[in-house]
Amino acid sequence: MARYDSLIDALGDTPLVGLPHLSPRWDGDSPVRLWAKLEDRNPTGSIKDRAALAMIRAAEADGRLTPGCTILEPTSGNTGISLAMVAKLRGYGLVCVMPENTSIERRQLLEMFGARIISSPAAGGSNQAVATAKQLAEQYPDWVMLYQYGNPANAQAHYEGTGPELLRDLPTITHFVAGLGTTGTLMGTGRYLREKVPDVQIVAAEPRYGELVYGLRNIDEGFVPELYDDSVLTSRFSVTSYDALRRTRELIEHEGIFAGISTGAILHAALSVADRVAARGERGDIAFVVCDGGWKYLSTGAYSGSLQQAAESLEGQLWA
Amino acid sequence: MAIEVKIPTILRTYTGGEKVVEAKGDTLSALIDDLDGSHPGLKGRLITDEGALHRFVNIYVNDEDVRFTGSLETALKDGDAVTVLPAVAGG
Repeated sequence: MARYDSLIDALGDTPLVGLPHLSPRWDGDSPVRLWAKLEDRNPTGSIKDRAALAMIRAAEADGRLTPGCTILEPTSGNTGISLAMVAKLRGYGLVCVMPENTSIERRQLLEMFGARIISSPAAGGSNQAVATAKQLAEQYPDWVMLYQYGNPANAQAHYEGTGPELLRDLPTITHFVAGLGTTGTLMGTGRYLREKVPDVQIVAAEPRYGELVYGLRNIDEGFVPELYDDSVLTSRFSVTSYDALRRTRELIEHEGIFAGISTGAILHAALSVADRVAARGERGDIAFVVCDGGWKYLSTGAYSGSLQQAAESLEGQLWA
Repeated sequence: MAIEVKIPTILRTYTGGEKVVEAKGDTLSALIDDLDGSHPGLKGRLITDEGALHRFVNIYVNDEDVRFTGSLETALKDGDAVTVLPAVAGG
């Protein structure tokens, strides 16, 4: 059944598609297969729709969010776009605090959905956006900050949605690979899968940005999301923009999948893991997340010119 | 045995502004001791008084977070690349 009463009801239940060309061994006795979960098929085109809807529903249920309220959220883009769509349909205002070094498409989409954007400085990246949002929350106590980095509903959305969908579609799953930002996807999906498949490997891929983004004044200004619990993970990779771009282009070239840059970083980690499994002669069914499509990154030059040029133009941008 | 260590902007006061320095060691722990010998004070910014990795410091060997590969006891070999980064928000 693919009929829904509204756009919001069409969230989740995304396709899981095989990568017969990029997988180390697609056939044979001990295949090592890669599977892409196409989260760009969600209502606003990213995995963040799951967390956004879950956080809004939870805030409505506990009475924090009532008609006419204004929602406040620090976001590098996708969470903001998801919240903006749900807020529009449900009659809430939305203020997003977004680092200024994010793509123009993200800003345009937010504005289109009626969100107000407050820019935070490029230096310090999302850390600064979080700090600015926390200050605003104090200044405007009637605004409701959902706070994706510490809101259990973010991880719960994946525990109840992404995890069960993956296990239903791939009962032989051995690895799950996703991006590490708020950590909600990995925490929720990881916990669910570990309960059902105790030896499943949960692998994180985090973007490695240009130096500007790490421009803290002090190490103690560092930030670890409240949702993060490293016991859920089995490994964690830091992926450069060059490697992320290279894999993003391979995904188009060999499998026809047009994904955003963070998906390239995730694929890079998934392939590292897949190669190790293949080298040991073991079997593997490695599922990874396609966070969003490439549309929002066309203006960054990610898909044209040499890889080196594209990586340089991404330097200083937040691409995940 | 020389291993390349990338230093984040915020810790370059300890390396005379150098982005990349060389150090020796069979394990990450030995490497950090060696680093502290040539760049005094650096160890104190990476490791807490209790001997654990600082909460807001991430160290990667060949792009893999050492907290999942044996932490300070992670084995190193010639040609490995070590990257130190402060923990920052994503999302």
